[in-house]
Amino acid sequence: MTMLWIAVVITAAGCYALKLAGFALPRRVVDHPSVRGAVELAPVALLAALIAVGTFTTAQRLAVDARAAGLAVAALLVLARAPFLVVVIAAAATAAGLRALV
Amino acid sequence: MNTTAVRADRRVARDAVAIGLATGAYGLSYGAIAVASGLSVAQASFLSLFAFTGASQFALVGVVGAGGSAVAAVVAALLLGARNTLYAVRLAELLQLRGFGRRALGAQFVIDETTAMAVAQEDRDQGRRAFWLTGAAVFVCWNVATLIGALAGDLIADPAALGLDAAFPAAFLALLAPKLRERPALLAAVAGAAVALLATPLLPPGLPVLLAVVPALVVALWQRRVVR
Repeated sequence: MTMLWIAVVITAAGCYALKLAGFALPRRVVDHPSVRGAVELAPVALLAALIAVGTFTTAQRLAVDARAAGLAVAALLVLARAPFLVVVIAAAATAAGLRALV
Repeated sequence: MNTTAVRADRRVARDAVAIGLATGAYGLSYGAIAVASGLSVAQASFLSLFAFTGASQFALVGVVGAGGSAVAAVVAALLLGARNTLYAVRLAELLQLRGFGRRALGAQFVIDETTAMAVAQEDRDQGRRAFWLTGAAVFVCWNVATLIGALAGDLIADPAALGLDAAFPAAFLALLAPKLRERPALLAAVAGAAVALLATPLLPPGLPVLLAVVPALVVALWQRRVVR
């Protein structure tokens, strides 16, 4: 097996193991009152972080570009209670449109 | 079943398919970049089938393509995959999976998109449906697209030209929005985003997003003290 295949297989096994590890945490730990709140909030904080990093960074540098405009349009539409698909398509169209113009 | 429930079911199914198609567009790009970086079509597809977590896969092919070592490529991929562990802790509670097969398949579906869709739903049953439908839609689209992208290579358009890099943050924002009406969730989200942005220039990719768990813990502890 080549080095690259070894890296590919270890990555696949590792990524799967990371997912499975979360399922393996004992219920009594997860259900403990002091942990429960954090378990509920963690995905919200992580996804918010993912939105921020996905929108405002490029190659480990802070950046404001067409993606920020897309997110701003999305935020306005969310506040106006627009349907999910409208929010997503409008954000993509805003970013793509700005890039086509500039 | 009443009409409201049917409508909610349709909405979840439609949103799941839309997310699947959007990840498919990224899968085309992943497949093309993987092959351009020196992976074989089989290696590109092996990762999509068995790693099945886009950010990690892009990280691996990025390091390999830049001439980095195999160890660096694996470490970069695993750092980005680590947030799935935290998602799985939350989803284990929501899904309550029984039996080896369901747990084994369910674990593979634990990614950003399925977590966002599952936690966005108002009740547990709809959350479970959202998880499985989104997981299936993304898995099929991601893998088919990987293969096409790997075989077609440079023919594929850049996802950024279609604004898809803005579509994913928008989708996650729309899914999180109902949660953010509660103050602890809003605090955790804003602080998590701020911590991740501040850490981005300082830490390798993957860790800044993972660090967002710290404000989540702080808010949870503070919330408990206030309640008590």
